[in-house]
Amino acid sequence: MTGLLHEREFSRKTFVKGGGAMIVGLSLAGTAGRAQAAGIDPFASPGPGDPNAVDSFLMIHSDNTASLRSGRIELGQGSTTALRTIAAEELDMDTDQIRHIAFDTGGPTPSPNTGNTGGSTSISQGGPLVRKAAAEAKQSLLKLASVALGVPVASLTVSKGVVSGGGKKISYGELIGDKLFNVRYTGTTLKTGEAPAKPVSQYTQVGIARIPRDDIPDIVSGVKTYAANVRVPGMLHGRVVRPRGQGAYGDGINPVPLKVDESSIKNIPDVKIVRVGNFLGVVAPKEYDAIQAAAQLKVAWSDPPKIFDVGNLWRGMREFDSKGQAPARIAFNSGNVDSAMASAAKTWGGTFKYHYQMHAPIGPNVAVADVTENSAIIYSHVKNGYGVTRPQISAALNSAADLLYGKGARVYDQSRVRVVYYEGASSFGGGAAHVDNGETAAIMSMAVGAPVRVQWMRWDEHGWDNYGPATMWDVKGGIDGSGNLVAWDATSFGMAAYTKTPSEVQVGQPIPTPGNGPADTTYSGTQYNIPNRRIVGKTVPVLNNYFKTSTLRAPNAMQTCFANEQVVDHLAYLAGMDPYQFRLKNISTAQVNDGFNQWRDALVAVAKAANWQPRVANSVKQTGDIRKGRGIAMGGFAGSQAANVADIEVNVKTGKIVTKHMAVAVVAGLMAGPALAENNMSGALIMGVSRALHEEVAFDKGRVTSLDWVGYPLLRFKDHPSVTTVVVQRTDLQPTGNGEPPTAAAAAAIANAFFDATGVRLYEAPMTAARVRATLKAAGFTA
Amino acid sequence: MASKLKLKVNGLVHSVTASLDTPLLYVLHNELHLHGPRFGCGLAQCGACSVLLDGKEIRSCVTPVAAVSGKAITTLEGLPALWAKERGAAASSPALHPLQQAWIDVQVPHCGYCQNGMMIQAADLLSTTKNPTEDQIRTAMNGHLCRCGTYPRILTAIKQAAAVMAKGGK
Repeated sequence: MTGLLHEREFSRKTFVKGGGAMIVGLSLAGTAGRAQAAGIDPFASPGPGDPNAVDSFLMIHSDNTASLRSGRIELGQGSTTALRTIAAEELDMDTDQIRHIAFDTGGPTPSPNTGNTGGSTSISQGGPLVRKAAAEAKQSLLKLASVALGVPVASLTVSKGVVSGGGKKISYGELIGDKLFNVRYTGTTLKTGEAPAKPVSQYTQVGIARIPRDDIPDIVSGVKTYAANVRVPGMLHGRVVRPRGQGAYGDGINPVPLKVDESSIKNIPDVKIVRVGNFLGVVAPKEYDAIQAAAQLKVAWSDPPKIFDVGNLWRGMREFDSKGQAPARIAFNSGNVDSAMASAAKTWGGTFKYHYQMHAPIGPNVAVADVTENSAIIYSHVKNGYGVTRPQISAALNSAADLLYGKGARVYDQSRVRVVYYEGASSFGGGAAHVDNGETAAIMSMAVGAPVRVQWMRWDEHGWDNYGPATMWDVKGGIDGSGNLVAWDATSFGMAAYTKTPSEVQVGQPIPTPGNGPADTTYSGTQYNIPNRRIVGKTVPVLNNYFKTSTLRAPNAMQTCFANEQVVDHLAYLAGMDPYQFRLKNISTAQVNDGFNQWRDALVAVAKAANWQPRVANSVKQTGDIRKGRGIAMGGFAGSQAANVADIEVNVKTGKIVTKHMAVAVVAGLMAGPALAENNMSGALIMGVSRALHEEVAFDKGRVTSLDWVGYPLLRFKDHPSVTTVVVQRTDLQPTGNGEPPTAAAAAAIANAFFDATGVRLYEAPMTAARVRATLKAAGFTA
Repeated sequence: MASKLKLKVNGLVHSVTASLDTPLLYVLHNELHLHGPRFGCGLAQCGACSVLLDGKEIRSCVTPVAAVSGKAITTLEGLPALWAKERGAAASSPALHPLQQAWIDVQVPHCGYCQNGMMIQAADLLSTTKNPTEDQIRTAMNGHLCRCGTYPRILTAIKQAAAVMAKGGK
């Protein structure tokens, strides 16, 4: 085993030597061959690696470099670079001496299971695991060096992986190059600065060094192998065949092909139609033939359930509620809200609505599946290979095999379903990618007995995503005569996340009954000291009424902040106070996670970065078509705190809002890679603007109708704001998440800026030009 | 009906077999194994598939392969050689195109899936507008979508590349 290079390392060296993309396809074709040459079954999926062993995470090579298997994936946010830095810090190596090895449940060294790459947890939860392995490795290396150099461990120093002592030197590579550590340890995590890890005060890289990502040169030169570029020998091209646009979770994600007219594609050569239960797909040797076949195949589908269309979405929620079909639960309750509200000096509130939004990756989901009689390999951009992809693909294959070959005739055990990660286009949450698309490839591969690559078409991706849920909030707040927040009463109408993929249901698996919808207690006034506060969560009846939904970057936080932070802002206005000063006066200084004052830190930092000048909102008289406004709001996610400032212009004739500048400050404990964090925050801000102003899933009384980039527009280049990002470094706190918090209050800050510009509140997001124009008109606003 | 065609891609002539209506993208990816241009929408709406055709940006996902036979196609992989040619340097030892280098220096990409089209479009822009204003850049890039939110850094990187190219790559 020792000295054996993982195939990815091999393929990377091949790139460098070959210097051309032509070789890339061969590298994968060689995957199985090399594994076999090494005596390893290419389909074997024995992972995860031992969670208590250095060797699961790290290997030191003879050239004094190291490989890190973090079990996490790179989503383009630089997490794997930060994890390399965490390992380098403990090992006293440089970050660029360490490369990150992509996720794989099989191969010579299966990845450890470090959980789902989601919820901004790669550093906060993956980091301690990497730190532990690296710190244990360092101890082991020091012992080896002590023997080799004849110098006590206490007298050794390490720099760049070279151990010095007694006037002699030896490198890690010379000590253990390409051999196993064979070191096991108790416990799996080590918090920042916890022995045997280095104290934070001795850090030279983590939280300090501005390390560039090592994967960017391959991206910009076009040699990177994305999941979309994976090829294996004998591979065919498949396309899924579904109605254009999903219906409601339930019967609407299990469309029945009532009639399939095979003659409708007889003009296309070599196409096979795959039908397994209600699952339908086409497979062809040429990709364009598969695309045409999927588009041209005439299928009569069963009708989806009748639902409230997008224009009646909110009315529908009220109807369900009035009929007692939206059960309520109290998610948080403190003090006596009703009496405090009754005795408040001023109160204000309203109903705020946030439409369904989609993950909308620029590249649709793609997977290559190679399925044999009892084994499978899936190459795709999965996020949770051990926890989700492997078990669900295994189960989907078993269900499909039962239908195709007879019950129990074929069994796909998880130990025979290997999941190999290649990067996809970012989708920021629980998009359809991570399972459903892989299942479509696996089912087709099994049915035709050959490897099949399935990239979804744009309408598949838009139409069959797991959307961010449409959410409605009723919020009311009260202040006393001194501008203190005294009462908060908020109710959200939420929908439970989906738990079943269309592919699984189409091959016969039952649809579980959805659970409770979310009731976000984390950013609904939590940012402030409010003695009397009640948060109620109502769950709308998802089954056969609403679409399948899942996590979308800072799940529920955008919707929550859009509602609650506008009410805070308006109470500041009613108090005659500057919205920043009002927030500062009411800010929560209570303990959050393991520290105090994070909300205040975030708020003060963003105000400083944006050069906030105190004044009451909408206190500057403006004329003309273009009005300027500035707004502030607070939110967060993943245990972190963020504050945003938005500078906008709105054309009061057209209703178009353009963000000119967005600032954000985030408190996320010790941020391992400050430069990576800033880049990540910048992206999250821009995505937040896009979701605040443009993104809305449209649907009729049966199906989703947003099926391309015209039907679901994103923020475009012309209208993007400049950004200011502030990392509030708290070296005294454990890391929390950074990838999502900047998004949370982006829409709220923009809405508050709009109020500053116009004196009008916006109750529905996205704040599209048409919606804003109508709102201004209804408010009697004249330019 | 499959036909034999000659395609000039990144300075080399390739013989390929494809039906004449096949969009160029699928030939570049599946027959020539180029990874720069990528499938995004198949509808010419996002720009992930962009290539240069005789120096102008086109959407390879909707351009039939028959329409480009005999014309010079440049993909992301061909930008270094294009840059070498522009400044009269030996094409055999091309450095990265200044746009590609700027993309690294500014750390532009997140997932990077759309960045092919961004660099191709920027190359088109800088070939005609040596020193673009911010408004010119914003307008030129407006037909390309990014989900990760990299627009601000793309803007910075294009300005950097323009400055480098104006000095002949120094």
